Amino acid sequence: MYKELILILMGGVLVNNYVLQQFLGICPFLGVSKKIDQASGMGIAVTFVMLFATAATWPIYTYLLVPLNIAYLQTIVFILVIATLVQFVEIILKRFIPSLFKALGVYLPLITTNCAVLGVTLNNITDGYNFIEAMISSLGVGLGFLLAMVLFAGVRSKMSANAPTKAFQGLPVTLIAASIVAMSFYGFSGIVENLLA
Amino acid sequence: MDILTPILICAGIAIICAVILTLTSHFFSIKGDEKEAQIRDCLAGANCGACGYSGCDGYAKALYEGSCDKVNLCTPGGDTVAKQISEILGVEAEDVVEQVAYVACNGNCNAIPKRYDYQGPKSCKIANMNYSGDKMCTYACLGYGDCAAVCPNGAIVVKDGVAKVISSRCIGCGMCVRTCPKGMIHLIRDVSKVAVLCSNHDKGALTKKYCSGGCIGCGLCKRNCPNEAITVENNLATIDYEKCTGCGKCAEVCPIKCIKEADFTGATKHK
Repeated sequence: MYKELILILMGGVLVNNYVLQQFLGICPFLGVSKKIDQASGMGIAVTFVMLFATAATWPIYTYLLVPLNIAYLQTIVFILVIATLVQFVEIILKRFIPSLFKALGVYLPLITTNCAVLGVTLNNITDGYNFIEAMISSLGVGLGFLLAMVLFAGVRSKMSANAPTKAFQGLPVTLIAASIVAMSFYGFSGIVENLLA
Repeated sequence: MDILTPILICAGIAIICAVILTLTSHFFSIKGDEKEAQIRDCLAGANCGACGYSGCDGYAKALYEGSCDKVNLCTPGGDTVAKQISEILGVEAEDVVEQVAYVACNGNCNAIPKRYDYQGPKSCKIANMNYSGDKMCTYACLGYGDCAAVCPNGAIVVKDGVAKVISSRCIGCGMCVRTCPKGMIHLIRDVSKVAVLCSNHDKGALTKKYCSGGCIGCGLCKRNCPNEAITVENNLATIDYEKCTGCGKCAEVCPIKCIKEADFTGATKHK
């Protein structure tokens, strides 16, 4: 039981890293990875929202959409629920934990339509996880996103110190760096299954 | 009939979501926020810091909370913004003192070789750490464009190794003034007509050796100024803009032409 949960967690962080292996959530990955503190802020906010989103969408799917035989509506319903949830969390945070609201700042509204959040909720359904497994999987994916953001912010700070030739400056060299980081993550695909064997 | 269920469910969820959001925003929203947001909306949004606050948000907050009672600090916004803010706050509008920046160096020392070969990062700040930069004149613009990089309106170009402010694009925020490691970019009223384009305090004979356009402190301008607006201190002419009428006499008599006449109308009035 615990072994499976750890596998799901590690799988989300390393093997099925959403940004670097499945190419979801690329927009914030390239957009807010210039500085490490911003990148980690975004990563934490995404993890936070993923957990909330799964906690809301999994019961809706299992206890509402499946019994009524309209499981095909999951994408639309999930988008609706996630968008509402993010707005809800934003208002609550603003009122009760203004310091956290300030720290997350612009990232919260950015996450509203982040495809990584939608992706993890949909994939939890496709993979047939139960509620606990789904939550663990979301946590893993969120942490994986955080890891990718922080790693890449480190890479970018190195890049900005060494300016490339003019043709590569800006987005081109960023994309090349992203692909190299992504390739390095392929190395994990073989080891996690044997991690606890 | 089959289509009715999904439609109803979707609409139902949407309505529930809407109700939840309306209720939360009604019960948990922070009241009194509106005016601050209104002020924030009419500010220029350049986040330049000309007002002395961390950005437009900071200024709007200070205005709203009353810790700042000056509505005319937003130079990029100009009189229009000052008027809008005063309407929101219900106070008297004050005219904005429009300013533009100018670089006090005309870069004539670029014609001669540099003191050493600087290979470091292209940054004035870093170059300045190495024996005040690589140019013969230690007061000169280093030309690595730190000011151009921070300018929120793209008003500074570095040409032939010296930065130039394009007045018609300058919003007078003073970002470049605070960035320049040489402290040689200055803000002046946009109605000014003349400026001393040199910051060199060396003696005249020394200045002449490495710069054909550097102020030698001869004092001709001072003697010819009808309004006594010019003083020469430490071998450099300085114009007191309180007294200057912009007659242009100083620019005329300057033997090395380091006082220049120009149009300093900024971006705020150019709109």
